[in-house]
Amino acid sequence: MEFLVASSIGLLTMCGTYMLLRGRTFPVVIGLALLSYAVNVFLFAMGRLTIDMPPILRDGVTEYTDPLPQALVLTAIVISFGMTALIVVLSIRAYLEIGNDHVDGCPVGEPSEAGDKN
Amino acid sequence: MGNWIVVPIVLPAVMAALIVLAVRHDIVLQRIFSITATVALGAVAVALVIFADGNGPEMYALSDWPAPFGIVLVLDRLSAMMVLLTAVLGLGVVLFASSEWDKRGQHFHALFQFQLMGVNGAFLTGDVFNLFVFFEVLLIASYGLMLHGAGAERLKAGMQYVVINLTGSSLFLVGVGMMYAVTGTLNMADLAIQVPLVAEGDAALLRAGALILLLVFCVKAALVPVHFWLPGTYANAPAPVAALFAIMTKVGAYSILRVYSLGFGENAGDMAWLAQPYILPAAIVTLAVGMIGVLAAKRLNSLIAFSVIGSMGTLLISIALFTPESISAGLYYLLHSTFAGAALFLIGDLVASRRGQYGDRLNTAPVFHQSGLMAVLFFIAAIGMAGMPPLSGFIGKLLILDAARESDAAIWIWSVILVTSLMGIVGFGRAGSVLFWKSASAEGVIEVEGAQWPVLPIIAACGMLAALVALTVFAAPITDYMQGTAAQLFDTTDYIRAVLGDIPAAQLGQ
Repeated sequence: MEFLVASSIGLLTMCGTYMLLRGRTFPVVIGLALLSYAVNVFLFAMGRLTIDMPPILRDGVTEYTDPLPQALVLTAIVISFGMTALIVVLSIRAYLEIGNDHVDGCPVGEPSEAGDKN
Repeated sequence: MGNWIVVPIVLPAVMAALIVLAVRHDIVLQRIFSITATVALGAVAVALVIFADGNGPEMYALSDWPAPFGIVLVLDRLSAMMVLLTAVLGLGVVLFASSEWDKRGQHFHALFQFQLMGVNGAFLTGDVFNLFVFFEVLLIASYGLMLHGAGAERLKAGMQYVVINLTGSSLFLVGVGMMYAVTGTLNMADLAIQVPLVAEGDAALLRAGALILLLVFCVKAALVPVHFWLPGTYANAPAPVAALFAIMTKVGAYSILRVYSLGFGENAGDMAWLAQPYILPAAIVTLAVGMIGVLAAKRLNSLIAFSVIGSMGTLLISIALFTPESISAGLYYLLHSTFAGAALFLIGDLVASRRGQYGDRLNTAPVFHQSGLMAVLFFIAAIGMAGMPPLSGFIGKLLILDAARESDAAIWIWSVILVTSLMGIVGFGRAGSVLFWKSASAEGVIEVEGAQWPVLPIIAACGMLAALVALTVFAAPITDYMQGTAAQLFDTTDYIRAVLGDIPAAQLGQ
């Protein structure tokens, strides 16, 4: 199971990083989402992988799973969900305002305006 | 101080909610609420600094959960000082914005209060994961503020700013996860105890986690090579927001100082001063890059943004030396560079709005309204930022140079700081002479249609300059306070005992 979890985190991170480096906003949003999935699974696995164990210490319970990463990952999920919603709205707004969906605001092949303005 | 420690977080949070829910249709009431809350925050911060000056670190356990199981806030000299800095800067920014800027979009004051809440929380927290949460709070508010009163250029820069910070947040979680996996704790004081005890086989994992975290803090602090977001963001953000962002880079510097002096300080065994070899070269390059940018800038706002990068380089050079002298010098420079950067952004906006269609481009244009007054303000702020006498930038750089004498890299530090100071003077001198001097000889006068020139923004900008003057005049008591702060940072025993109770000295690794 360790191999499965580790390689899925690796695969998600790889795809996420690749998408993040694309030039248009849509792949970038997908890349960020994949990256946050990878991070969530990673964080979850940091409490060690155990199956069928209670996450709470009680009398008579000797084997248990670490509850803290589960709480952490819940916070991380909420934040990354909100942030994905924000960036989707932001990219639509940028597309409508600038007229194209490239992250640096100009289509492929045309020189960036940023150089002149800075 | 008991419950007062949590006030700098609760007060802006309540106020922000109140502004959104109760007075969102009335801009005047919003301003009154926002300014009053910021003044009250300043009063609380003064009380906290006075308390921290006379006492050791004090802990506040949220919901009374005992450390290290619950989340704690810790008040010590450093965090009290940073909260006061935030409050003073915030007051200047909210006064500046309250004449006209806050009408260009919605919910400026609510977002502003949430931003203050996030910044104060990041300074006060004693828990690494809670630091992540407050980073998110301040970032979410900053996204809103950055896009305030949008526009194509600002949306483009804002998009890039959001993407890089979301990536940074992901990395933050990876670093935090690795640290937790190895040490089993996220409480900073407990981390200081657990780090030296880590098994040899896990040391590499902990080191990797700590360095990933360092990378995230460096993104916040705009250190080369992860500084690329800053010029575009700051130059395109609304002026009061850019001035407020002067504290955001300092949050990164503060986090580096806190985590790597407490958790990975001199008691950390193999991992003692883990951050030092990475930050110092990067900081020297940052300073050089920033000042080269100042020379090359074609717009006033990007000139100021690059000078902020340069000042972060200077600040992180002194932090990276990790000696009591360099830290106290660096903290003095931190106060100075925050106010100098904020003052420049505010004055830059005053100038750009008066130049009408010419905006903030560094070219010759006819004389504009209040040209003389603006020239004086710009001159004072530029002297501060470039580090020339008599203002506090000079004292700060002098202290840093003095503290760097013993370092192995002293030659590099001295030569880069001195050469870049000259470059800064040339850059600011060129900008000032183009904007004010050469323009004085051009024909005609710029008239901006329908413009009124309220006094409040000028007062706010003057307030930032007055803070620079106060730093200079009261340099002796302030450096005394900084020396106490640096000593407290190096003697981690008090901090750990304040959080975890009276644990035996053997556990402290001494």
